[in-house]
Amino acid sequence: MNGFVEHFSYEFKSGLRNPSLLLINYLFPLGFYAMMGLIMTAINPLFRALMIPAMVIFTIVASTVLGMPGPLVEAREAGVFRSYRINGVPAASILTIPALTTGFHALISAAIITVTAPVLFEGDMPVHLGAFVAITLLTAFTCASLGMLISVISTDSRATILWSQLIFLPSMLLGGLMVPLDALPERVHSFSALLPVSHSMELFTGWAYGRPTTLNPPVAAAVLASSGLLALALSIVLFNWDTRNQTRRAHPLLAILVVVPFAVGALLVP
Amino acid sequence: MAETVLSVTELRKVYGDLLAVDQVSFRVSRGEIFGLLGPNGAGKTTILECLEGIRQADGGTMEIMGIDPGREPRKLRNLVGVQLQRSGLPATMTVHEALRFFCAYHGVAPRYDLVQRLGLAEKRTVQYQKLSTGQQRRLALALAIAHRPSVIFLDEPTAGLDVGSRVELHTLMRELQAEGTTLIMATHDMAEAEKMTDRVAILLQGKIVATGSPTELTATGAGTTKVSVRSEDALLVKDDRAFPAVDQRFIDEEYAVYYSTDPGPTVSAILRYLEDQGDRLIDLRVERPSLEERFLELTHREGAQ
Repeated sequence: MNGFVEHFSYEFKSGLRNPSLLLINYLFPLGFYAMMGLIMTAINPLFRALMIPAMVIFTIVASTVLGMPGPLVEAREAGVFRSYRINGVPAASILTIPALTTGFHALISAAIITVTAPVLFEGDMPVHLGAFVAITLLTAFTCASLGMLISVISTDSRATILWSQLIFLPSMLLGGLMVPLDALPERVHSFSALLPVSHSMELFTGWAYGRPTTLNPPVAAAVLASSGLLALALSIVLFNWDTRNQTRRAHPLLAILVVVPFAVGALLVP
Repeated sequence: MAETVLSVTELRKVYGDLLAVDQVSFRVSRGEIFGLLGPNGAGKTTILECLEGIRQADGGTMEIMGIDPGREPRKLRNLVGVQLQRSGLPATMTVHEALRFFCAYHGVAPRYDLVQRLGLAEKRTVQYQKLSTGQQRRLALALAIAHRPSVIFLDEPTAGLDVGSRVELHTLMRELQAEGTTLIMATHDMAEAEKMTDRVAILLQGKIVATGSPTELTATGAGTTKVSVRSEDALLVKDDRAFPAVDQRFIDEEYAVYYSTDPGPTVSAILRYLEDQGDRLIDLRVERPSLEERFLELTHREGAQ
């Protein structure tokens, strides 16, 4: 069996075997989904309309941005990457395989939500299923790339949590998951446009459900795709095998470039 | 003349203001066990890491089987095996998974026989985080040799191993040597180096201060032989009597210990004296200087300079 297949197989199993990854990949998002389905739909029946995309995005962000960077940073600090390096494991595999397997776990949870929400909580199914799948994959790609970048620039677990929460918490409050973007004050829209979640949610609303949006869907798609690609490229450039052996190709501050597509998106808010 | 598989010429490595490796040069032949000896911080691990291609040297040249590890580390991956001093595996990876994983990246079939050989058969489904330090070291060794490399780097290979595992490791090293594998070992365990290596380089503060076989190195020392004597009445402990060719005398519990430049006359005189005094000999040991003593002598000399 080749290295990629063995690596993928191990990383996928690790997502189930490692208790904290199991929690963040499945128990936390699915538990939150069940709670929101029971409570939020009772408080605000309109939540049913976009419940599925909101919970799918929540699942993806939890797995990729909250869950993925920590184990990667711990592995690097424990010398795992050094072992990989001397045995010929490519840097690209070290980053992309955990991103792929994390994305895979997130998609399993997302599929569970998509299938059960209409039955359990009367959640609206998307009108355009193909667009729904494509947007889900694009969101997973962008968030996994951002998670990868966080793991590359963080020097320890505390820094990882800080960067992850910097994306996660505003996303929950202002990303249109709990409260639709058009229900938020207009002056907040530009700030919301700095969050990947807002663009994803707007894309689901416009292209998967055929409903009116606050942000321009093609712009949102371009912002998501370009930021994902940029985060991926920056992760590869800034990747370091061992923080005690400082031979980086570029300064970690370069990671700030990933904000550029979102800043452009914010400037283009109608 | 044996084929040179590894050569290091005027290697230099600097960390900030610290000159960690200073103009180090040595050559290793095929099938040789070569030891890098020195105290902590002497530069042993840095040299190995430069050779393994995981650190960039600041000067000098290196070559392993015609490949520069600094420039073409990927070409070396299947030719060398490495047991790092500080490395790890993913916490939840099992012993068998680790073998499959690394063997797959080297493009060889998993060597499950090594798991048996290194006493890890019962641990094959145990996760790395649940292995003891010794078991983790043995697994690291299995992974280093699983793809049958031509050159193996071992950094403090017996650190954390129990006696049985050390013996097994030494046997394995001899077998690998017999198959033509070259082993480069960094250690501060002088007894192990003396027993296992064909040649050693002694490093102090990033510089090689002596090179040669353990026998050559000990022979070029102060040239004294240690004679330890214990007798029933302990006359030699009580009596500070002079004997021929003795440089130094000291008492070690019930033993009178002499450092002699010519042990024959010294031992004869001691035995004659005891017989004349009617004191019965209980124990007599004549030991050539160990590598450790030679090492301490070199350390002392360098420190004095």
